[in-house]
Amino acid sequence: MKAASMNAHQSLAIGRPIETLAAISPAPAEPDAMVRFTGISKTYPAYRGKPGVNALQDIDFAIPRGSITGVIGRSGAGKSSLVRLINGLEKPTTGRVIVDGRAISALAGSQLRLAQRSIGMIFQHFNLLSSRTAADNIALPLEIAGWTKTDIKARVTELLALVGIADKHDRYPSELSGGQKQRVGIARALATRPSVLLSDEATSALDPQTTRAILDLLANINRELGVTIVLITHEMSVVRQLAKEVVVLDAGRVVESGHVADIFTHPKHPITQSFLAEVIGDSLPVSLASRIVSDRTAGGQAVIRVQVRGAGAGDTVVARLARELGLDVALLSARIDEIGGQHVGSLVLGIPGSEDAQARVLAWLSQHQFPAEHLGYVA
Amino acid sequence: MSPELINLIIQATGESLYMVGIAALLGTVFGLPLGVFLATSRKGELFAAPLVNRVLGAIVNATRSTPFIILVVAIIPFTRLVAGTSIGSTAAIVPLTIASAPFIARLVEAAIREVDGGLIETASSFGASPIQIVLKVLIPEALPGLLLALTLAVVSLLGYSAMVGAVGGGGLGDLGIRYGYQRFMPEMMLAVVVVLIALVQIVQSAGDYLARRVNRRLRHR
Repeated sequence: MKAASMNAHQSLAIGRPIETLAAISPAPAEPDAMVRFTGISKTYPAYRGKPGVNALQDIDFAIPRGSITGVIGRSGAGKSSLVRLINGLEKPTTGRVIVDGRAISALAGSQLRLAQRSIGMIFQHFNLLSSRTAADNIALPLEIAGWTKTDIKARVTELLALVGIADKHDRYPSELSGGQKQRVGIARALATRPSVLLSDEATSALDPQTTRAILDLLANINRELGVTIVLITHEMSVVRQLAKEVVVLDAGRVVESGHVADIFTHPKHPITQSFLAEVIGDSLPVSLASRIVSDRTAGGQAVIRVQVRGAGAGDTVVARLARELGLDVALLSARIDEIGGQHVGSLVLGIPGSEDAQARVLAWLSQHQFPAEHLGYVA
Repeated sequence: MSPELINLIIQATGESLYMVGIAALLGTVFGLPLGVFLATSRKGELFAAPLVNRVLGAIVNATRSTPFIILVVAIIPFTRLVAGTSIGSTAAIVPLTIASAPFIARLVEAAIREVDGGLIETASSFGASPIQIVLKVLIPEALPGLLLALTLAVVSLLGYSAMVGAVGGGGLGDLGIRYGYQRFMPEMMLAVVVVLIALVQIVQSAGDYLARRVNRRLRHR
């Protein structure tokens, strides 16, 4: 049925290259992809003296069905354009966007509007109607979809409970906190039972505690409703806490993509490394950094930084070094965090004794595949 | 003041309210959609039609820059065509409507443009049609501004209605000129001015009250 209507639409789309049915409905070919970008570029033409912008180029990747995928990038990287291609708010200049088996980039008018009902979106500034109560805001997409009053009422009650603000039914947005407003936003986005939920910097305007609560709610929704969630963010903490898959965007291109654990345990692109540094930090504590000198002092320690990547990787490094090499290894500084279930971080060790002890430690670390660097000496 | 004169004032007040009321109603009927269209038809907007937008904008500006008294006289043939006569309160409604519709349209345009563009995007994101966006998002969200705009339009119409006495339109302005000025009855002039001030006060207070009631943006803050 879906394929048939799509086909009919295609035949009406005069002037478009003729596409095969398989290209239009690739769902059988790629059942695991909820969203598939193929050969996407997006160019904004020059307008009123502003030069044209190549917002996106050579975008080819899939967002797995049922996943929580983070799209991370600095401002201006093209994140907003990318997410708006998914729900058809923008059209790609070239290429095709398939959502749940439908080529949304080829739809227009009422067909597009119909498809948009299965894609929810939440926003940084919540975008609630100030003239409507929480319940009526949630009801809006249902009114637009033509639900009956009785059905709307039941669904709204259900949604308010789902997002944990059943008591705010008759409150206006001006009477709600930021976190509560975003809960209304989430309920509204889920109202028409979409298969994809797009989040455009949804926690960027919230304090850390509220952010955590909202991210927990999104995780629950993903788990319980199976909704695929696409998170647009410039905050590494959001990706770290919630996403399983990540796409790193820079200057309109995908520079890395894959499982969060893989990408952030072995970041290749400088942008990815800089995002990682935000979480684990690559700078030493000031009190330590100021004491490091380049020459060995009598009775001093060699300072070695060890990179820790992987599940449980760093847990026993200090103990094993001490036991196997018989050295009183000092732990000068440590920062280890968990990203996608993997430990990521670094330990800064102080190695007492001669050049020889230092060399043995480095050899041991290299043998056990811990990337390490010698930073200097402290007294 | 004699009962006859008081009766004249009451009758003239009724004529003024009749002219202003109907003209405001018709001005809104034409001005509201026109204003919504002006606010949503520039390049890249909901009903993008930049050329039509510019043409309508020019017509609106032309109408608004024509002095009202000249407009009244200039469109007498049209008035006769529509109202069947060019004299009397009913005939006066025609120029009053033609003057108020573009005025209301510009005020509506300003009020609609005040609505956060993010709300249009949001409604689009869940598949609202342009018409649904206007009816369910733009107009409800702009309602406080629209009510204040309408209040301003009614107050302006009260002023305009004083001028239609020049073509036999009747009303308070006409009374003030004929009795207060031409027959030199200062007490009549004063009475007319007092009634007009009272009317403006009532309209403005009612408009402010309604606009405040529908404004949910700043409540409880």
